[in-house]
Amino acid sequence: MILQWIVFILSALFAIFSALMMITRKNPIHSALFLIGNFLSVAVLYILLGRQFIAIAQVMIYAGAIMMLIVFTIMLISVEELKKVSLLRFGAGGVIGLVMTVLLFGFLASSVAVRTLPGLKGGFPLERIQELGPFKVIGGLLMTKYLLPFELASVVLLIGIIGAVILAKKER
Amino acid sequence: MIPVSLYMLLGALLFSIGILGVLIRRDAIVIFMCIELMLSAVGLTLVSASRYYNGLDGVIVAFLGMTVAAAEAAIGLAIFVLLHRTYKGIKVDEINLLKG
Repeated sequence: MILQWIVFILSALFAIFSALMMITRKNPIHSALFLIGNFLSVAVLYILLGRQFIAIAQVMIYAGAIMMLIVFTIMLISVEELKKVSLLRFGAGGVIGLVMTVLLFGFLASSVAVRTLPGLKGGFPLERIQELGPFKVIGGLLMTKYLLPFELASVVLLIGIIGAVILAKKER
Repeated sequence: MIPVSLYMLLGALLFSIGILGVLIRRDAIVIFMCIELMLSAVGLTLVSASRYYNGLDGVIVAFLGMTVAAAEAAIGLAIFVLLHRTYKGIKVDEINLLKG
């Protein structure tokens, strides 16, 4: 119990810290590495919530695949050219952006920081998921109730691959 | 048990930090990474809601969102490589052909 709190506080603080570092670093490679740290700490939070499948998917897809693509692209596009001009835009626009962000956070926080949320509870409490097997039950849902979105996701990925190839192809 | 609203507050905070990054950064790759951060924060909110409601629907929606993020990363980074060929370095301020 106390251990859960310690892990939660540590990973939440690291998530906030790495997100803040990510938006303030000048070098995009450093931003990418801090973003990987953020994704890993969110994966730890998923395990604390008892959702092992999405934690593994977070590490594999976000921290593995997507961030590898981003780091590859940063290395293809040389970083030195990006460093010449000032990268942050402060001034009037930055101040307005900061104020709007704080307002947005207040709005979001006031809507989620309540003890009870409205709506009905579903049929999968933590003990039932452990009894059925956490991966088996998600696989079952993907193959029965969510079969159409699952197939559509594969179509989206296929279109993404074709689009990337067409865009990156050199014109003859 | 840790109250679920704490996870949701963390998700809201990460989302706001992502929006702040989109607003104050100039180079397109970091803006793209901020959008990934916002998607991941929405995933955290969905999964904590699925814990609160004792369901697994939120997990599946977060997973499908991840596949959309992967396709978006492939296309977005191809567009960045193209922009870099044209403009030599991608500042969003310099990409103003549509400005009129």
